[in-house]
Amino acid sequence: MSFKDVLSPFTAWKHVLETPVTIKDPLTREAADRYRGFHKNDIELCIGCSSCEAICQNAAIDMVPVKDPKEGDSGLRPQIDYGRCCWCALCVDICMTGSLTMSNEYIWFDEDPDAFRFIPGVDAKSWDSSEKGYRREGGRRLSGTERVEMREMEPDLRIGNFDEIVAGYDRAEAVLEADRCVECGLCVATCPAHMDIPDYIKTIREGDYEHGLELLYNSNPFSEVCGRVCTHNCETACAARHEGDPIAIRWLKRHITDQVPYDRYVDIVGKPDLAKTGQKIAIIGAGPGGLTAAFDLARMGHAVTVYEEKEKPGGMMRYGIPEYRLPYESLDRDIGVIEAMGVKIKCGVRIGKDISMEKLKADNDAVVLAIGLHLGRSTRVPGSESPDVEKAVELLRRITAGEEVPVPKKVVVIGGGNVAMDIARSMARLQKQRHGEVGITVTALESFDHFLADEEEVVESREEGIEILDSRGPQEVITVKSGKNKGKVKGLRTWRVDSIFDEKGRFNPHYDEGDEMVHDGEMVIEAIGQVSDVSLLGEKLTEALEWNRGRVKIDHDGRTSEPWLWAAGDCVKGPDVINAVADGHRVAQSINQVLVAMREAKA
Amino acid sequence: MFSFQPDRSQYPAPGPDGKLEIDLETGQYLKLWQGPNHPGMTGNMSVELTVCGDEVVEGKTHVGYLHRGFEKLMERRSFIQCFPIVCRICVPEPDFNEYCYAAAVENLAGIEVPEYANWMRTLILEMGRFNSYMMAIGGMSGALGLGVVGQWLTYVRDIMLDRFEELTGARIYHMFILPGGVRGHLPEGFKDRMEEVLKTAERYLADVDKVMFSNAVYKRRTKGVGYIDPKLFEPYGVTGPNARAGGVAKDVRKDAPYLVYDQLDFEVPTETASDIWARTNVRRRDIDVSIDLIRQILKKFPKGGEVMAEIPNVLHWKIPRGETYIKGESSRGEYGYYLVTDGSGYPRRVNVRGPSYTHAMALLELLIPGTNISDVAALMVSLHTYPPEIER
Repeated sequence: MSFKDVLSPFTAWKHVLETPVTIKDPLTREAADRYRGFHKNDIELCIGCSSCEAICQNAAIDMVPVKDPKEGDSGLRPQIDYGRCCWCALCVDICMTGSLTMSNEYIWFDEDPDAFRFIPGVDAKSWDSSEKGYRREGGRRLSGTERVEMREMEPDLRIGNFDEIVAGYDRAEAVLEADRCVECGLCVATCPAHMDIPDYIKTIREGDYEHGLELLYNSNPFSEVCGRVCTHNCETACAARHEGDPIAIRWLKRHITDQVPYDRYVDIVGKPDLAKTGQKIAIIGAGPGGLTAAFDLARMGHAVTVYEEKEKPGGMMRYGIPEYRLPYESLDRDIGVIEAMGVKIKCGVRIGKDISMEKLKADNDAVVLAIGLHLGRSTRVPGSESPDVEKAVELLRRITAGEEVPVPKKVVVIGGGNVAMDIARSMARLQKQRHGEVGITVTALESFDHFLADEEEVVESREEGIEILDSRGPQEVITVKSGKNKGKVKGLRTWRVDSIFDEKGRFNPHYDEGDEMVHDGEMVIEAIGQVSDVSLLGEKLTEALEWNRGRVKIDHDGRTSEPWLWAAGDCVKGPDVINAVADGHRVAQSINQVLVAMREAKA
Repeated sequence: MFSFQPDRSQYPAPGPDGKLEIDLETGQYLKLWQGPNHPGMTGNMSVELTVCGDEVVEGKTHVGYLHRGFEKLMERRSFIQCFPIVCRICVPEPDFNEYCYAAAVENLAGIEVPEYANWMRTLILEMGRFNSYMMAIGGMSGALGLGVVGQWLTYVRDIMLDRFEELTGARIYHMFILPGGVRGHLPEGFKDRMEEVLKTAERYLADVDKVMFSNAVYKRRTKGVGYIDPKLFEPYGVTGPNARAGGVAKDVRKDAPYLVYDQLDFEVPTETASDIWARTNVRRRDIDVSIDLIRQILKKFPKGGEVMAEIPNVLHWKIPRGETYIKGESSRGEYGYYLVTDGSGYPRRVNVRGPSYTHAMALLELLIPGTNISDVAALMVSLHTYPPEIER
């Protein structure tokens, strides 16, 4: 210690004339660009998936209903309680759409304590337009964004046969994919059959496949089928879709059915131990709609008989969907479960011919019409009456039934939906087997921007060597005018489509006549939609029923204007499997209510 | 030059066994509570002093004023939900909790953190250490009545908090080190602004050296006071600057390098006197090390890269059964997290081991007897304790 040590502290006086370092006006100090300040929510982007609520460790976020939600969202929006919020911004990090962000505002005066519980984006705030504040860096998110790729057979291996293309996930892949689900449940609302999607995905993560299978068959007796060919509306609603790939819900469903041995199915699905009601129901058509209704009604204790015109049950699932997408064994397994519930399926019986509708009505307490759409529609362009012009559904049925079908070297398909792809790819396989090469041209009315067929169908078709042309309107099927081949088809003439619908939204295509093409082919296949074959109803019933644009008119419960007759499936809705399944449930519920009332009235 | 010998003739002499017989009835002794609301306390705890005159004959430490049950809370929160909680275990230097927790989770979940994130974490930890020392030295001068140093260093800490704010989005609870990485990249121009802060800090620290460390009163009140016998270091778990002031050159950054410390060049400052002065001086010199480290880190900082590793969906993140202990050198010494997982989505047990646990509770009780009442605050601050890490 020295004299210097005594004087040294006085050097502090040199600062006496300096400007103070304290902030003069703390109220207007702007926070940093990244500051985690008050919340903002882009209400147009938000889907109300509740991931923010799920991750908030302080329970500061509640999902509350708001007015005018968008279609496909939950109708809920996060309400944040600043009495609980700790500004960790995990809600921003997890946000599936990137709608939830933070401003760099941090001062808010209000005398009402309740004001600090607010719905960002709905309750207007001064910082709503603030450009600054915390947002998660691009691409970084706390749940996976990339879908686990599905292994598929290579195009050159699959084109020569009808083997199933998709391999299915193995356990590791499925767990990885299932892990991405945030359990928002938007898919449940979108699924026509309202399957418990987040719950069965959870069973995959937990490895409890039997419980998963139970959940599947609770809401869908065609789970194995839907695990392969479902139109997966759920995936278009998936929260993960907004900043990445949607969860592969369809493949995960399939994974569960793949994992459980088939001999366990009936035990797991379970048959309710109910007394027989003694009431009888006849179902016309063993497709997904009819069989789902049969499954439900049998489980409710009723005696159900399903009448099927064709040789085997399954309807469009068997006779419409090609085997490479849906192997017949998968379909047979699902139908096996339905039969195990006590459903009787009588094949090769055509109602209206073998048994009359009157007899069905007299012998049963209720009848369900589930006849599907089995007649192909025609374009009715000149030349379409030629015998070389085929209907896609008819051709698909013949391929399934093992009948001989003509397989020319060059085929033109008219249509841009999944049926068009199905027939094109089926014919391509037959061409490969017969001629060693593929020669298929698909001409679709729609442009690729508004294409009807699933994208994967388009991609896979192209991989298999099929040419797909968009915005082509068929004008004429060109036939040979003279010679020994007179009347034979030699191609299709098309014009480019300018627009399909008029201002009023009616189907009224406009063409650019200058852009004409001729597609060579010895066969033209029309795949432009189907209609029901309602001839079985008979004149009297057809007359008595109310109709709606060519389809039987039904009420909210699926009941027709005749009180004993219900209708379900493609013939009234769809067309697809999952809508038919949902329809089947609906009519089963309705029929059961009516039958219970009948029983009670008698008692 | 200045000498002052207190008259201790009135003080009680110990009995033949060397122990004091403290009997309050005699009127010789007085109970005096220092804390929990006392400017001389480092946070929410209190010391129950028994004084005789102005000499303290006995001190009992009391904690329990801010128990929030963090460890228990975490057992009912998912792994990601624990992340916003851990920083609250130590207010002045929260980043160590974030790092240790994240590293423990990564260790058990088998996650490799990207290089960029490791550099970022090291930077943040050194910034946090710098700030923590600002409070320690500011507090030390304050405890001895030298308020101006506290004000200066609070200002320096404040401009470092500005850098924290622009980097992490928050000033105190940064919540930037997530399990799997960090939340963002360095903002543009950050290095230059950081250099300005470091230069300002150096200017103020030069003043602090003159006003505080070369101050006759300060030297007089700290030298030889609060001596910790180096023999006590091991039984009492004394680590960090408190041990380094007694000549033990222990530093986890050197002894078991984590993050990118093995790629940085630094020395561990030590003293030998093991008193208040030596402990504060070690901290003062460690600030220089920290400043140098921040410069080195920013110089070697990767140009770019991923900030986060691929982690599972945090909403149902389960970690296989296991246990791990992660340690690091905080400004107070070895800081550790013991994490046990049982394969579920929640930690089975999180145990936070902060150095204050022994420093402020057991060690302080040992050091208090024989000191003057006015030295208790300085003694406590010299141990650099943060009660929240005692009460997790």
